[in-house]
Amino acid sequence: MSVVAISNLTKTFPKGNVTALTGIDLQIEAGEFVSLIGPSGCGKSTLLRVIGDLTPPTQGTVEVNGKAAPRARRDHDYGMVFQDSVLFDWRTVAKNVSLPLEMLGWDRAKRKQRVDELLGLVELQGFGDHHPWQLSGGMQMRVAIARALAFEPALLLMDEPFGALDEMTRERLNIELLEIWRRMQSTVVFVTHSISEAVFLSTRVIVMSPRPGRIAGSVVVDLPQPRTNDTREATRFFELVTEVRELLRGVGADQHGSVEAEVR
Amino acid sequence: MRAAATRTLTLAVTVLALAGFYELYRWVWVTTGWTHPFPVNDTTLPHLWTIFKALGEPSRSQGPLLITVLLKSAWFTAKEALAGFAMGAVVGFALAVGLVHSRLAQRALLPYIVASQTIPILAVAPMVVVWLKAGWQSVAVIAAYLTFFPVTINTLRGLQAIEPRAHELMRSYAASPWQVLWRLRVPSSLPYLFSALKISATASVVGAIIGELPSSITGGLGGAILNFNQYYSLQPANLWATNVIAAALGITFFLAVVAAERLVVRRAPEHVA
Repeated sequence: MSVVAISNLTKTFPKGNVTALTGIDLQIEAGEFVSLIGPSGCGKSTLLRVIGDLTPPTQGTVEVNGKAAPRARRDHDYGMVFQDSVLFDWRTVAKNVSLPLEMLGWDRAKRKQRVDELLGLVELQGFGDHHPWQLSGGMQMRVAIARALAFEPALLLMDEPFGALDEMTRERLNIELLEIWRRMQSTVVFVTHSISEAVFLSTRVIVMSPRPGRIAGSVVVDLPQPRTNDTREATRFFELVTEVRELLRGVGADQHGSVEAEVR
Repeated sequence: MRAAATRTLTLAVTVLALAGFYELYRWVWVTTGWTHPFPVNDTTLPHLWTIFKALGEPSRSQGPLLITVLLKSAWFTAKEALAGFAMGAVVGFALAVGLVHSRLAQRALLPYIVASQTIPILAVAPMVVVWLKAGWQSVAVIAAYLTFFPVTINTLRGLQAIEPRAHELMRSYAASPWQVLWRLRVPSSLPYLFSALKISATASVVGAIIGELPSSITGGLGGAILNFNQYYSLQPANLWATNVIAAALGITFFLAVVAAERLVVRRAPEHVA
């Protein structure tokens, strides 16, 4: 059974009659790390939001864990991470991480134990009593990831989570995320507009084209696991980056200049 | 510690400067004999020390000290104002919570909520007294009438001003409207709520003082103001002293809200007013 199964999905926004997505068919299997990449307006974030039932599809079916997307959302089948960490600044770090557990009605002792585990997982032990604004951007994002992992969702939906971070922090968090992904044996759908990030993280990169948003192609990333900093310097890495870039060029991404090609 | 010392010093300097300005104004107008906008003498603008000295003297022969009388009145009014403040805050908050959940109710009710504040409190107060009979309850309701409005308007704004992403996050947890209210909307509206409570705190004292007048309640500051108003030409300092105590009461209410805000609101520095 696929973790995500999308068939013949169309999404139009009535305002301005914009077709954001059309004819999307996508299967994501358990344990995959799939990146969605494409120029602005290709609907990659919208696709992620449709999977998470944050916005309904206009046509087609979206299933998560074999259930309709709204059912899966109510069953807490996925965790979501946004570009800005969306931490509640009136809550401490620990309280932010325990927020989803409160929704599930976990008792205090169980929550505390789980929060401690999670803060350890993202290497923020000792920061539980801090408030979000006292942390750096990278640390805030780690809190958001810990929060998304709180109830051990089978699926992690990430919408450009590292987009606002500096390059060095981003690369470090990439490796940490892969480590978490391996340990939790979860499935990740990751929206990005960085080619190298997509290739480095993913087992499969889905390239999307704009107006209307479609899937233009996909690249299976056969780089060995676990990925390390050396991966970024491997010849195969550059070949795959080139492959993704050429697919993107085919969809007219370079004219828009909205995809970073930051491999040097 | 240093910051506290600086703040105390600033406060002392400000108070002294204002007092100096008052006495300077007096002195200039008295020595030059200017009569615009009004002639200055011991009746129109008593010396500050006369006002404070009056507090330490009996308000009438053989009676208790004025300060004793006024503190008793202030305590009386404070209880009414506190009841009115609490009532107004609860009603104002509940209204905002109701309105944020229904666009229809917002469109239907908000204009009347605004209109309620265009009716002068002096016109409302006698009706409340007729409905509820004169007593501290009617005074509290009048104070609440002045209190609830800023709370409703500000809280509604705060409840609506949540980040769309935060709302989506709650949606991704399949949070109920109740959970969204208490875990997201209310905490993120607290700075707005406290701005409103600061306005309401002083308004409730004013409301209580005004509310005492049509209720013919004599035990509070409203009664004291009416009483000393009649004897103004004989003992102007008594009314001034009453005003000082009334202002002090309002400031106390305000500071109590500020203290509560410090305890309750834990927000990033940019979110704290």
